[in-house]
Amino acid sequence: MNPFIDIRNDFPILKQQVYGKPLVYLDNAATTQKPTTVIDALCNYYRQDNANVHRGVHALSERATVNYERTRDDLVGLIHANNRREIVFVRGATEAINLVAQSWGNANVAAGDEIIISAMEHHSNIVPWQWLCERTGATLKIAPMNARGELLMDQFDAMLHARTRLVAVVHQSNALGTINPVAEIIQKSHAVGAKVLLDGAQALAHMAVDVQALDVDFYVTSAHKMYGPTGVGMLYAKEALLEAMPPYQGGGDMIRTVSFERSEYNDLPYKFEAGTPNIAGVIGFGAALRYLQSLGMDAIAKHEQSLLAYATDKAESTGYIRLIGTAKNKASVLSFAVNGVHPHDLGTILDRDGVAIRAGHHCAMPVMKFFGVPATARASFAVYNTKDDVDTLFVAIEQAYAMFS
Amino acid sequence: MFDLRSLYQEVIVDHSKSPRHFGKLDPCTHQADGHNPLCGDQLHVYLHIKNGCIDDLSFEGDGCAISVASASIMSETLKGKTLGEFEALFDRFQQMVTAPVDQPVADDGMGKLTVLAGVREFPSRVKCAILCWHTLKSAMHADSGVAKTE
Repeated sequence: MNPFIDIRNDFPILKQQVYGKPLVYLDNAATTQKPTTVIDALCNYYRQDNANVHRGVHALSERATVNYERTRDDLVGLIHANNRREIVFVRGATEAINLVAQSWGNANVAAGDEIIISAMEHHSNIVPWQWLCERTGATLKIAPMNARGELLMDQFDAMLHARTRLVAVVHQSNALGTINPVAEIIQKSHAVGAKVLLDGAQALAHMAVDVQALDVDFYVTSAHKMYGPTGVGMLYAKEALLEAMPPYQGGGDMIRTVSFERSEYNDLPYKFEAGTPNIAGVIGFGAALRYLQSLGMDAIAKHEQSLLAYATDKAESTGYIRLIGTAKNKASVLSFAVNGVHPHDLGTILDRDGVAIRAGHHCAMPVMKFFGVPATARASFAVYNTKDDVDTLFVAIEQAYAMFS
Repeated sequence: MFDLRSLYQEVIVDHSKSPRHFGKLDPCTHQADGHNPLCGDQLHVYLHIKNGCIDDLSFEGDGCAISVASASIMSETLKGKTLGEFEALFDRFQQMVTAPVDQPVADDGMGKLTVLAGVREFPSRVKCAILCWHTLKSAMHADSGVAKTE
C-alpha cells in the first residue's frame, strides 16, 4: 500500500504522456519535479509581490522580504540549525562548496595541510578542493571505498592526522546511493581538529537531518533536488565559523557602509549574500520545504526504501543486471548496467517507453573509473514514485535487453 | 517500437556487437582520440594513408551501440577511398543525420551508411554517430588534440 498514492496529483507534470506513454519519471537524483504549491509560490511572487528585498519601504518589498526570510526559518526548522544567521542562500550546493573553499579555505588552509574527500564524490565536491590545494600548496587525500560502494573506515581513520584541516564528503552518493556514516566521520575528524563539510544535495530530500546532533561544521544542498526551483540552494555553517570567514563576493546587501576608502560588512547571514538574490527561487524553496515537512521526512524515507528494495529484488532476479553500488546503508538510487546494452542506448530505448532515467557518469567520473564502467544507467526515486513505475521500468529494460541479445 | 527500430536496425545492432575493423592498425600513418563526454564514448582511430588514399583504417574503444556501429560502418565504407571522397562523404553523412525528419534523405551512393539515417529522429544521439568521423578527420589533419563532439 502506497501511503503517498494521492500525492501524484500534487505534481502536474506527472500527468503527461511521452511518445504516447504515461511519463514514468525516475531521474529524481538529477532533479525532482515540483508540486503545485512550489509552482504557485513562484507565480504568486511575480504576480503579486515582485520587489527587491531588504531595502524597500513599500508594501511589495515588505511582503517579498517576509516571504524570502520565511524560507530561512523553514530551513532552520528542517535541519535543526541553532539560528537563522547560520543559513546562507546561494545558487546551489556547488556554489556553497565553492564559497567554503574560497572563503574558509583561503583563510584556514596552508601549504602542508591536508584535505580529505571520498572516492565517491560528485565533481562539485572535488574540483573546488583541487583548486584550493593548488592555491595553497595543501594536499588532497582520497578516502577509498570497497566494491559495494562503502567507505573503508579504517583507511579513512589512518588518513586523519593533525594536519587534516577539512573532511568534505557526500552525505548520500548521487551515483551509488550510499549513505555515508557521517556521525562517525564528524566525530573522528573533530578529534584531530579538522572541520567537516557534508554535501547534502542528495540526502536532504530523502532523510531527516539534524546538523546540531551531527555537530557538522558545513552542510550544503540544492533546492531543485528537494522539490524546489533550480538556481537556489543553502549553505549551513556554524555561526562562529561564518563570523570569522571573510566575505565571498562583494556588492550590495553584504555591506553596512561603503566609502571609497573602506567598507564595513553586514551582519550574518547577509555578509554572504551579495547582490539581489534569487528571490522567487528562495520563496519557492520555502514552499518545497513546507511540502516536505507536511509529508514527514521519516514517512518519505520509509516509502522510498520500500521502492528501492522492490526494485533491487527485481534487478537481481533478472540475471542480466549488474548493480553498481550495493552498500548496506543506501537510499533512493539504483545504479546499474545491463549486460550487452550500453547505458546510453538503454536510456534512449526507455525514453520511448515514457521512462526517464539517467545514463552517464553522473558527474562522478572517478566513481565510474573505480567500477570499470564508462557510464551507468540510474533510476532514482522520489515520493511520487510507485511500484507500478518500477514494474514499467523493468518491462522496458527487458525489451532493451531482448533487442541486443 | 517501430521508431526505435529505425535507430536500432539489425545492421546497427550487428555492427555494435561485432564491430569490423576493430583493433590496432600497425603500421599506421595517422591516429587520433575521440571523446563524447555526454555518454562516455572513447574512440581511437588508426589510419594508413598511401598516395592520397585511405589504404586501411581501424578503431578501438568503448562506446554506445550507435557510436561503435557508426565507426564500424564508416571503416568498411572508407577503406580504399581517396581523401577527397572522404571529405565529400563526411559532408553528406553530416547532412543525413541532421536533416529535418520530415524531409527525404539524399542517400544515393551512401551505401550502408544510410542505416544511420534514423539517428536524425534522436537529436541527443547525433553526436554518437558522428564522433568517429570527427576523430578520423582530426587524425588526417594530424591534430594532436582529442576530437570532441561538443
